[in-house]
Amino acid sequence: MSAPAPPVVELRGAAFGYRGRPVVSDVDLTVRRGEVVAVLGPNGSGKTTLVKGLLGLSEHLSGQVEVLGTPLARLPDRTRIGYVPQRHTLVGGVRATVAEVVATGLLARRPWYRPATRADREAVLAAVEAAGLADRARFDVETLSGGQQRRVLIARALVARPDVLLMDEPTAGVDRASQDVLTSVLRRLADAGTTMAIVTHELSALRGVVDRIVEVDTGHVTFDGTPEGYAVHQGALARSSGRTAAR
Amino acid sequence: MSAMFELDFMRNALLAALFVGLAAPMVGIFLVQRRLSLIGDGLGHVALAGVAIGIATDRAPVLTALVTAALGAVVIELLRARGRTSGDLALAMLFYGGIAAGVVIINRSEGAQTGNLTSFLFGSIATTTRGELVTFAVLSAVIVGVTLVLRPRLFAVAGDEEYARASGLPVLALNILLAVLTAVTVVVAMRVIGLLLISALMIVPNAAAQQLSGSFRAANLWAVVLGVLSSVGGVVVSYQLDTASGGTIVLIAIALFVVAMVVGHVVRLVARRRHLRAERHAHEHGPGCGHEAVPHGDHVDYLHDGHRHAAHEGHYDEHSDHPPPAEGPDQDARHEQEVTR
Ligand SMILES: [Zn+2]
Ligand SMILES: [Zn+2]
Ligand SMILES: [Zn+2]
Ligand SMILES: [Zn+2]
Repeated sequence: MSAPAPPVVELRGAAFGYRGRPVVSDVDLTVRRGEVVAVLGPNGSGKTTLVKGLLGLSEHLSGQVEVLGTPLARLPDRTRIGYVPQRHTLVGGVRATVAEVVATGLLARRPWYRPATRADREAVLAAVEAAGLADRARFDVETLSGGQQRRVLIARALVARPDVLLMDEPTAGVDRASQDVLTSVLRRLADAGTTMAIVTHELSALRGVVDRIVEVDTGHVTFDGTPEGYAVHQGALARSSGRTAAR
Repeated sequence: MSAMFELDFMRNALLAALFVGLAAPMVGIFLVQRRLSLIGDGLGHVALAGVAIGIATDRAPVLTALVTAALGAVVIELLRARGRTSGDLALAMLFYGGIAAGVVIINRSEGAQTGNLTSFLFGSIATTTRGELVTFAVLSAVIVGVTLVLRPRLFAVAGDEEYARASGLPVLALNILLAVLTAVTVVVAMRVIGLLLISALMIVPNAAAQQLSGSFRAANLWAVVLGVLSSVGGVVVSYQLDTASGGTIVLIAIALFVVAMVVGHVVRLVARRRHLRAERHAHEHGPGCGHEAVPHGDHVDYLHDGHRHAAHEGHYDEHSDHPPPAEGPDQDARHEQEVTR
């Protein structure tokens, strides 16, 4: 990565919120192709609102937001941004297989009257495999472990081959063993050049995957730099305020 | 039995039952998925007001009910999309207002005798006319066609609305469409099942189908089979026992649900007995995990310290070439070692 890669996401003085009231503001942030950015911050810091803003799920109130060089509001194909939400149930009150859930990631790509093609079905299997679930494509998602369900959602986001993946707490509430598998899936994606922004408060689970850290606190970006730089920043913060940084 | 089919009204009732048995579960599965099982019930209440308007103004009650229920459906979805508690109360007003207006208007135009009202509320096999039958056939065809074509989208929106919105699907439009389809189903069912019981045929066959299937696709098929069995069977039984068809249909649907629950339970129990689970298996197999992969029928086993492991749901199964009872006690000890490594 000698020459800077083109930006996938570019924010200039951006503010996001709900019902006209900003939750995060003055955000300058550039995510370049191939980067894996961890978005850190305590609960209520605005980090989730920021990521949801990029998905059109919270309101974009001011500033500039460009995805792949196009202003967010005019982005024709929303599946360019892959979204991995934090979920307790995957399909509501019915049974569905892993492949059925993952296939929904392709729907917005084709007109409503067109049924799934052979290429679509192959893309579903490829995404399921990339998430390490090839063995389980036909199992009911409710029978899977929490970590496996999280990977079903990753596969659903991957299936449309997005330019950037936005993940909301992918490792939260996942037991230790599945966390290792999850981390290795993320590492494999990172090695394959997938651009990712991961909202988390468990940086340790993502060690070796993340190459940049953005910290959000009280509605503003308070740090943007390398993991090494972040350790220094945390140390300085702890010394200056005389308290140990708990997060 | 054959005499039954020679009666005009019975032929009409059986065909109407077939239509609604097909259509109701296909719409209902999305209501079950959205955990909105009672919305069909509410729209039945609203449709009663429409029926009453039809009777009072001497128009076809099926058509006035269709218009009223469809309008109610749109209002409901707009309210739901808007907000929380006020929307909930507004729904209650709409539902109770619908049934209250229906009863009052019908009483005003027909006097205190309630035979007609009862047949609208609980269904009757003697009331479907030939003209209505054509309307029901067309409406059912529309319901079946639309749900078949839009099934993936309705499934996506009902399963994860936020994700659907983020990926660019027209969530509000699809939700309104589902509500209108529900309203149309209510109207198709109002003759044989009745407006108070129609929701049951959208929900109960789907609840039963969930017991028998592990995929959305299979659940859809099972629900339609059970729905048709209940509705057509219910009309036949209601003719023979001279009971209200709606009540009979719903009781049959519930009986089928109980059977499905027992069958599903037994099947799962047998499956659990027949397969041996590798306990506490922390490692996940996959391409390049370091264990040899051996194709086995429609799946892949992994050789794991002398055991053959195959992914099953959230765990791994032991796939020995011998059935489980052949495993000796010493092998069990070895198994214990391997899985905790
Ligand atoms: Zn392995
Ligand atoms: Zn096997
Ligand atoms: Zn194993
Ligand atoms: Zn098993």
